[in-house]
Amino acid sequence: MNDEMERAPEGSDADVAPPDLPQVLAGLLADFPEAVYVESAGQHTVVVSREDYHALASAARDAGFEVCADVTCVDWFDRRPIRFELVVNLLSHRHRLRLRLLVPVPADDPVVPSLCDLWPGANFPEREVFDMFGLVFEGHPDPTRILMPDDWEGHPLRKDFGVGSVPVQFKESHKAT
Amino acid sequence: MSDETPTPTIDGEPEIVDIWLSGTEVPPTDEGAQEMAEEEPEARLREQLGSVVTDDYVDSEVAPEDERMIINMGPQHPSTHGVLRLQLELEGEIIRRSKPIIGYLHTGMEKTAETLTFAQGPTNVTRMDYLAPLHNELAYSLAVEQLLGIDVPPRAQAIRILMTELNRVSSHLVALATNGMDIGALSMMLYGFRERELILEFFEKTTGLRMNHNYIRPGGVAADLPPGWRRDVARIVETIPARIRDYDDLLRENPIWLSRTKGVGVITAEECRAYGITGPILRSTGVDWDLRKAFPYSGIDRYEFDVPTGTNGDVYDRYMIRMEEIRQSIRIVEQVAETMPKGDYRADDRKVTPPPRARIDESMEALIHHFKIFTEGFRVPPGETYVAVESPRGELGCYLVSVGEGRPWRMHIRAPSFYNLQALPVMMADTLVADTIATIASLDPVMGDVDR
Repeated sequence: MNDEMERAPEGSDADVAPPDLPQVLAGLLADFPEAVYVESAGQHTVVVSREDYHALASAARDAGFEVCADVTCVDWFDRRPIRFELVVNLLSHRHRLRLRLLVPVPADDPVVPSLCDLWPGANFPEREVFDMFGLVFEGHPDPTRILMPDDWEGHPLRKDFGVGSVPVQFKESHKAT
Repeated sequence: MSDETPTPTIDGEPEIVDIWLSGTEVPPTDEGAQEMAEEEPEARLREQLGSVVTDDYVDSEVAPEDERMIINMGPQHPSTHGVLRLQLELEGEIIRRSKPIIGYLHTGMEKTAETLTFAQGPTNVTRMDYLAPLHNELAYSLAVEQLLGIDVPPRAQAIRILMTELNRVSSHLVALATNGMDIGALSMMLYGFRERELILEFFEKTTGLRMNHNYIRPGGVAADLPPGWRRDVARIVETIPARIRDYDDLLRENPIWLSRTKGVGVITAEECRAYGITGPILRSTGVDWDLRKAFPYSGIDRYEFDVPTGTNGDVYDRYMIRMEEIRQSIRIVEQVAETMPKGDYRADDRKVTPPPRARIDESMEALIHHFKIFTEGFRVPPGETYVAVESPRGELGCYLVSVGEGRPWRMHIRAPSFYNLQALPVMMADTLVADTIATIASLDPVMGDVDR
């Protein structure tokens, strides 16, 4: 039951784009027939494949989405067949519109193209996603960790990374003997 | 370690300082030290430091030219807006390249959020941007409410606006105070904090705490405004604008202030958009973009206010914008206080709102209900949403994913300071080292917000 509810973005009703879609979005989606439009809590959301992702983002930028407001990721772990989902929030000042791109990324090949060539501001958030989830951004100018120490092992926001599994420093001194 | 053994260093040589301190010359080939140093010196260092900090330029292909020098500013100093480290490539006194290095304050709050119920969430997010805690709570609560599909009563909405706008004033006051201090206008530091105290006192009276309030919660606010709030707000509304005028007299035409801020840390509108920079920095470049106007939340569109914009995108413009935003926020606060609707301060939704305290004494069901909400938490229907509010630093967004449980599956905060920090290399390229401090201060970064 759970499965069906969460799979809603790729469900059957998703293919029917609402008629009152802003023109700029309708035009954008017409060029990418593979991309699936979903309305999520009244927000414009598009599920797009990894292959089309960069092209769609590029087209969106040219269509007026001049700000890449946020890049983040969700680890669906065992809830979905494709484990990771990259979430990109775009913003258009001109059209007063937000657009969210959802990109499923498999765990065995966690590579996605970087958006740094379109928005240099994607640099920090993409580093954060790499740091926290281990997604690799192809073409990123500085693919290093950003929040965790450089020698950190693992990616903390993955669901299989335990909350309490951080090795404690200087723990010898606290041992009861 | 015994007194005879000097502190071993990586290559096994005793620190010269230790020899001086001990007073007796210790033979450099001390066996104990030798042994200890041989067992993985790097691991020992790591243990001491917590981690190894690597120099990002070491393996860089673009080696600095002979005349260029790389220095680290921080972690800490840049007038201590937090634990920020800047790697600067200098040519004489001119910064050619720079790179902010962050993460020193990372505490994994997004991970923590996944282990807290939706009702506990605000306690977590309020600790991110500690100068604007109420905005964090508001963004989070709005996201939860959107997934729940509940409406918040008008009084709760008005209280939220009142509190967040006052919070904007208090946050901007700190920005002005530290900005002034960083450039040498030390009295600004005292003045800014003095006026902020007025607002924090009101916050303490209302929420119980000066910071980290956990006041705005999914469904409304934690408590109604305290008795006598009108008098307190009236005092704030009366005092702050007058004091702001004093600051203006102090700084607006002060030649030192002007020469340190005009034309310093310049950024253009195109660069702001490309780097995802929001808030006063974006507006200082002349872009009329404020989420309160663009995507109004919590009924802010009911009140009249202007969005100030600058023209040059420099430190001075950002200072002027913050001054004006304080005035505008006070204007909103005035209107809210005048038109404060009567009614409930939280949604009358049994699913989310605990029963009133009095009911618990008389009804077993109410007690169970109360217990359930505070132990299991309420369940939020599956879905995902992104809600953003205009924090003093810019777009503060909350991306929330629920799978129908009592805890969020994923909670992400789009921290304005995190993105705004990317502006630093742009603003500081080919400028003087001395302007660094002014530039950072004008960004007004909160490291708790950056690192989360």
